[in-house]
Amino acid sequence: MLAAEPDRTRIDRPATGAAGGAVTLKGINKQFGDVHVLRDVELDIRPGEFITILGSSGCGKSTLLRIIAGLERQTSGSVAIDGTVVDTRRPDERDIAMVFQSYALYPHLTVFDNIAVPLRMRRLAAYQRVPGAGWLPGVRRTKQDIARAVHAVAASLRIEGLLQRKPAQLSGGQKQRVALARAMVRKPRAFLMDEPLSNLDAELRVHMRAEIAQLHRQLGVTFIYVTHDQVEAMTMSDRVVLIAGGVPLQVASPSAIYGDPDDVAIAQFVGTPRINILPAVATANGIDVLGTILPMASGLASGTPLQVGVRPGRLLVTHDVGGLAGQLTFRENLGSDLFLHVQVTGVALPLIARCDPAEAHLHPPGTQVRLAVASGHALLFDMAGRRLRPAASHRPEHAHA
Amino acid sequence: MRRERRGVLVRIVRHAILLCGAIVMAAPFVWMVATSLKPKNEIFATEFHLLPKTWGAVENYHAALTQVPLLHYLFNGAVVTIAIFVLQVVVNMPAAYALAKVRFRGRALMFGAVLFCLLIPYQAVALPIYIFFAQVGLLNTYAALVLPFTISVFGIFLMRQFFVSVPDDLIDAARIDGISEYGIVWKVMAPTAIPAITAFGIFSLVAHWNDYFWPLIAVDNGRLFTPPLGIASLKLNGEGTAYGSLMAAATVVITPLVFAFLVAQRRFIEGVTFTGLK
Amino acid sequence: MRDTTLAADRRMAVPIPVRDWRHTLRVLALTAPALVLMLGFLIIPLVAVILLSFTDYQLGASSLAVIGFDNYVEMARDQTVRISLVNTFIYVAIVVPASVALGLGAALLIEVDASLRGFYRSTYFLPVMATLIAMAVVWEFMLDQRFGVVNIFLRSIGFGSYDWLHDRSLVLYTLCGIGIWQSVGFNMVLFMAGLTAIPRELYEAADVDGARSALDRFTLVTWPLLGPVTVFTVVITAIRAFQVFDTVNVLTDGGPNKASEVLLHTIYKEGFVYFRDGYAAALIVVFLAFILALSAIRVFVLDKRTRTS
Repeated sequence: MLAAEPDRTRIDRPATGAAGGAVTLKGINKQFGDVHVLRDVELDIRPGEFITILGSSGCGKSTLLRIIAGLERQTSGSVAIDGTVVDTRRPDERDIAMVFQSYALYPHLTVFDNIAVPLRMRRLAAYQRVPGAGWLPGVRRTKQDIARAVHAVAASLRIEGLLQRKPAQLSGGQKQRVALARAMVRKPRAFLMDEPLSNLDAELRVHMRAEIAQLHRQLGVTFIYVTHDQVEAMTMSDRVVLIAGGVPLQVASPSAIYGDPDDVAIAQFVGTPRINILPAVATANGIDVLGTILPMASGLASGTPLQVGVRPGRLLVTHDVGGLAGQLTFRENLGSDLFLHVQVTGVALPLIARCDPAEAHLHPPGTQVRLAVASGHALLFDMAGRRLRPAASHRPEHAHA
Repeated sequence: MRRERRGVLVRIVRHAILLCGAIVMAAPFVWMVATSLKPKNEIFATEFHLLPKTWGAVENYHAALTQVPLLHYLFNGAVVTIAIFVLQVVVNMPAAYALAKVRFRGRALMFGAVLFCLLIPYQAVALPIYIFFAQVGLLNTYAALVLPFTISVFGIFLMRQFFVSVPDDLIDAARIDGISEYGIVWKVMAPTAIPAITAFGIFSLVAHWNDYFWPLIAVDNGRLFTPPLGIASLKLNGEGTAYGSLMAAATVVITPLVFAFLVAQRRFIEGVTFTGLK
Repeated sequence: MRDTTLAADRRMAVPIPVRDWRHTLRVLALTAPALVLMLGFLIIPLVAVILLSFTDYQLGASSLAVIGFDNYVEMARDQTVRISLVNTFIYVAIVVPASVALGLGAALLIEVDASLRGFYRSTYFLPVMATLIAMAVVWEFMLDQRFGVVNIFLRSIGFGSYDWLHDRSLVLYTLCGIGIWQSVGFNMVLFMAGLTAIPRELYEAADVDGARSALDRFTLVTWPLLGPVTVFTVVITAIRAFQVFDTVNVLTDGGPNKASEVLLHTIYKEGFVYFRDGYAAALIVVFLAFILALSAIRVFVLDKRTRTS
C-alpha cells in the first residue's frame, strides 16, 4: 500500500519498512522541581505491539510519552529503541512519529505541505528548501520522491482530495487523518499518540478507534498510545499499562486488566459502572462478607480483614433467602442493561448490580432484595489494595508479563 | 556535551546583544538623571563623567520648579488625564454595552461608524474642533483639553469586544432580578470588565499625559500648560542652554509614569499589548 | 415593571416589537452620549475638513469663498509640501523596517531564555511610555556637538563630532534614530504577544519532524505564525511614524532650511500658526488619505489571510 522507498533514517533497519521498534524503558524517573511525576518506570514494549498507557489526568502518562519521544528529558533512567540507548538523541533522530492531542498541524501550510514536512526536513538541506531551489542537483528528484510518498500516504488514508486545503478548512476527523499521514509518511518504527481522539465528537471517536486499530494491523509497527479513556484502551490495545501516581500498576492484556487486576485501584479504574468493593474477613471455611460466607480459600489466618471486589455483572439479584440483604434505592435503565442500586448496611456506597432490562418489573424501587456473588468471580484484595491470589482461584492464562 | 557548550555560548551572545540594546534604550534616562544632578561646569564638560563630582541637584531642581510653575503643570496634567479617563468610561462603556448585548435598530450602523472612526487620527479633525472652540470661546480652558477626548471609539471597540464574551445568562439573570439596563452596565458589566478597563485606562493615561499636539494647539495660557507643554516652553523660552534645570524638569515630568510603570510593569505591558493588538 | 422588562428583553431569541418606545429610550440612554460626541468630535469635523479644503477660509476672516481645487493645485506646486512629503516618506521608510526588525529581534532574543527577561523587557519598553517631549530634550543635550555624550563617545573612539540636529544632511536621520529608539519597545511587546500565542505543540511537532536548527524552527513555525502580527505591527508603526511631530516641533522646527520638515508639522504651521485653514485642510485630506491607505493594506492583507487559512 505504501510506496516502498529507502528512507534515510538515523537508525538502520530493513528497507521494507514494516518492522516495528522495541522500546525499553529502564528506571525512568521524572521530577519537576519537588514534584515526582514518574517513579522507576520499567517497561518493555514489544516490536509491533499496540500498547496503551492508561491513567487519569496528571498521572504522568503524557510525560512518559514525551520522554520516549525525546521532547522531555528524564531525570534518571534510560530509553532504548531496538536495543540502542537514545537518551541523548533529539526527537527526530529517534525514528519515531508523534500524533499530538491538538494535531499540531502547521496552520499556514497546505495539507500536502504538512505531510511533506518530515521528509523535506530530513532529505533536503536548509539551502535546498529555499523556494526556487529546484534547479539544484538532485533537489528536483528528491522533491518528486517526496510528492510521491505524500500522495501514497494520502491515498491510504483517503485524504487525497484535501491535499490543497489549509488545516483551518478541515473538520476534526480530517485533521486527525492529516496528523496520522504526517506521522506515517516517513515510516517510523514507532507511533506515539497523545490522546489523539479527545478532540473529536463521540461518534467520530468510535469510528477513528476502529480506523487506528486497523492502521496498526496494516502498518505492523509499534503504537504507543496515551489515553485516559478506558474504552479506547480496552478496545484497541494488545496490552495496557495502567499508571497511577507516576507508577505503572500493571502491564497486561485488556482482558487481564479487567478480569484479573493486580490492584484495587486498577479494578476501580477499569469498568463502568465501577466495581463493588465490600469489606470482608477471612475465616476458616471461606470469606465472610458482611455475614455471608463465600466458599473460597484465602490462605490467610482467620480474622484477617480483606476487601472483596465484585463487578456489577457478577452480583445476582434474587428475592430468595441467603446472600446480602439490602434495599433497592434506584434503577438506571440504559436500554441494554438495567443497573440496580442497592443499599446494604455496612457498605457506604450503594452496591450496583446489572440485570436484564426485561426483568425491570421484578424489582420496583424500595423493595428488599438479596444479592448473591457469582461464585468464582469475587476478587480478593488486602487492606492495602494489593490483589490476593489464593492458589485455588489462580488463573494462569491471565498471568501478566 | 557539545550541545551544552553551544548552549552556554548562545546564552552569552544573547546577553551581549541584549545588554548593548538595553544600554542604548536606557542611556537617555540615565544621562537625564545624571545631568540633573551636576553643576553647570560639569554639565558643560567635554569628557565623559557619569556621576557628578560636586552636587548641583539642589540648584537644578530648584530652578526647574521656580523658573516655571512645574508642579502646577503636573497638577494640570493629572486633572486633564484623570478627567479624560473618567469621562471616557462614563460615556463609552454604556455604548459599548449596548453594542455588545442589546439589540436595537441601527446597531450595525453604529458599530460600522465606530469601526470607521477608529481609522481617523485625531490630528486630522483637530482643525475644525479648534475653529469651533475658537468661535465659542472654549480655547484656553480645561474643557478644551478634555472634551475632544471624551469620545473614544477605541474604548468603545475594546470594551465591546470584551462585553461580547460575557455570557448572556449573566445579563438575563440581572434583568430577571429587576436591574435596569443602566444598572447592568455599572453593577454587572463594569466589575467583569476590570481587566479591559485597566488596560484601556493605562493606554488612555499614558497617551494623554504625553500628548503634545492638541494641548499645543488648544492652550497658550501658561496657567493651563500640561507637562509636555511645560517642558517645551522651558526649553524654548529658557536660555536654551540651562540643561541642568531642563534635565531636572524632564526627570520630574517623567517620574510619575516611570514609577507607575515600574510598580505595575506587567499591567502596563499587557495594557499596551492589549490595546495595541486591536 | 418586571413583567415588561422580561417581555421586552427576551428579545435575544424573539425580535422586539418595532415600536417599543421604552426599549428605544433605554437604548438611547446608553448610546446617546457617545453618539452625540462621536458626531460632534469625529464625523462632523471630518466632513468639515473635507469641505474646508475647498475654501479659502482663514480663522478670523469675515468671509469665505469656495475655491474648488485651488488649494490642491497650490499644494502640488508648493515646494515646502514636496520636501515635507519626501521627508515624511524617508522617515517612514527608515523607522518602520528598522524598528519592526529590531522589535522582532528583541522579542525573540528575550523570550528564548528566562534569564534577565523581565529586566530587558522593562528597559526596552521604557521609551514607549516616557513623555516624548521630555526625552526629546534629553536627546538634544545628548546630541550637542561639543558637550553631548554621543559626540564625546564618538570622539573617544576616533570619530569626529557631528552636529546631529543642525546639519542639513543629518537632521532627518537623527530624528529617525529617535523615532526608532522610541518604537522598538512597542513593536517588541506586540511580537511577544504574538510569540506566546504560538502553540507549544507546533514546536514539538517541528522537533519530531526534524527541524533541528533554530533557523529551521523559525522558518517552519515562528515566522509564518507571526505573519498576521507582523502585518499589524508594520502598519501600526507606519501610521505612528507618519504622524511624527513632537520631536520635529521641539527640536528642529522643521529646519535647518526645511531639512526636517514633515507633513504633520507643515499642517500644524499652516493651520495653527499661519491660520491658512483652507490650505491646511487640504493638507489634512492628503494626510488622511495616506493613513487610510495604510489601514486598508492591513484590512486587505489580513482578510485575505484569514480567508485562505
